[in-house]
Amino acid sequence: MQQFDLEAEGLRKLNQTLHALGNDTNQKTWEVINPRGSHAIAVGLDVPIEVTVRGSTGYYCGGMNKQATIIVDGSAGPGVAENMMSGKVIIEGDASQYAGATGRGGLLVIKGNAASRCGISMKGINIVVHGNIGHMSAFMAQKGNLVVLGDAGEALGDSLYEAQIFVRGSVKSLGADCIEKEMRPEHIEVLKTLLEDAGADAKPEEFRRYGSARNLYHFDIDHADSY
Amino acid sequence: MCGIVGLFLKDRSLEPRLGSLLADMLVKMSDRGPDSAGIAIYGEGKEGRSKITIQSSRPETDFPDLSKSLEQAGINVSMEIKDTHAVFSLPVAEEERFHTLLRADFAAMRVMSRGQHIEIYKEVGQPRDVAARFDLSGMGGTHGIGHTRMATESAVTTMGAHPFSTGADQCLVHNGSLSNHNSLRRKLRHQGMPFETDNDTEVAASYLSYRMMEGASLGEALESSLSDLDGFYTFVVGTRDGFGVLRDPIACKPAVMAETDRYVAFGSEYRALVNLPDIEMARVWEPEPATVYFWKH
Repeated sequence: MQQFDLEAEGLRKLNQTLHALGNDTNQKTWEVINPRGSHAIAVGLDVPIEVTVRGSTGYYCGGMNKQATIIVDGSAGPGVAENMMSGKVIIEGDASQYAGATGRGGLLVIKGNAASRCGISMKGINIVVHGNIGHMSAFMAQKGNLVVLGDAGEALGDSLYEAQIFVRGSVKSLGADCIEKEMRPEHIEVLKTLLEDAGADAKPEEFRRYGSARNLYHFDIDHADSY
Repeated sequence: MCGIVGLFLKDRSLEPRLGSLLADMLVKMSDRGPDSAGIAIYGEGKEGRSKITIQSSRPETDFPDLSKSLEQAGINVSMEIKDTHAVFSLPVAEEERFHTLLRADFAAMRVMSRGQHIEIYKEVGQPRDVAARFDLSGMGGTHGIGHTRMATESAVTTMGAHPFSTGADQCLVHNGSLSNHNSLRRKLRHQGMPFETDNDTEVAASYLSYRMMEGASLGEALESSLSDLDGFYTFVVGTRDGFGVLRDPIACKPAVMAETDRYVAFGSEYRALVNLPDIEMARVWEPEPATVYFWKH
């Protein structure tokens, strides 16, 4: 395993070192020590390696990730795994605001709670939160799945497009155009796979599914108050 | 952006280290607010005496002149100068005369804070420099709050820096921007509240002071600000013996809190907290929107 002391060597060197690795690298596993809430740790990776960050991170950890598995052995600050393309990001603690925002692919697992705007504008990413999520989560989400084992805050799925939301606990309120939908066998299958991939101890049947009512897709004066 | 920090000590053995812990937190938030920085620090108070912190742009002449005038007026004061600020300690009964004399003969000097426990130091410049100018690391106390400013709603001046204090032993720092501060300032002016700047945060501080003058508790005043203040805000407030936090209902400004048996700490980001004692063992969480948090000694 390669170890990198972020405090001693600095952020720029960390990201340059990881960016310089090729797809066939033998240095497959990395440990970053002393993150101390620093921003932009392990962003823009495009290589099949595993990076474990020992401690809590600041803004944008694992942003734009492709291929890599990034594990935060602590909590993550705002914008973790923002715009992820593929790969996996696992947060052992809590995640701050807009976790997984605009992500296009890959899997984001948050073992604690996520704060507000989790999965805002998600475009294909899958997000599994073991705890609760805050308000305005999956706002304008377009594609992908948001799975929540705990409770959801206010205005869940406001102005939602085609992303799907699965919540096991309570939902404080649904946002504009977000409705509860029937859970069909194909949804149970999707959910089963996601829960397995995320190491989540829950049964797909315990969840309720939410999605777009599709009333806001075309302007309709009768819905003017909802826009 | 702006950066906010706050530290409320439960363990009295940490009190001599309050200034150095706060200074470290403040400097860590430099890139959130490089325009100016300030801190409010609550220390031991003397029964029957008030502390008034004054700022001057000509400290070398103004403070001795003021001190001499006070002596001539027969007011029993002691003065401690720190860079551009001086803390005057005087009997509570003399406070009104002090302010009258200040307004009459030393109008260019600015009152930063007044109260039995509070001292406020703030200046334009990098947080590291501001902390060093006032020897923040050398100060002790029971609790304190600090702010690094990225100016959005008013000019980069000493008076535009945070914390803002609009009542005895009260102060407030703010990350965000208020959109209805002009109309609210007009209303508060009609009620007799004085204003020294065009800054939105001064309006928030004044609003809380006004509500408390009307008889509200700090908790009630913070609660009512949720309906009367428009815009984005995370507030951290200090009182004589307390420390409070409030985020607006939309909560887009970042906030992290940590609590142990020894202290409660607030930071705009987690990295502000990383050097606090035993932070690894602390309960760390993000305060909920539209929820008042308050600790008291």
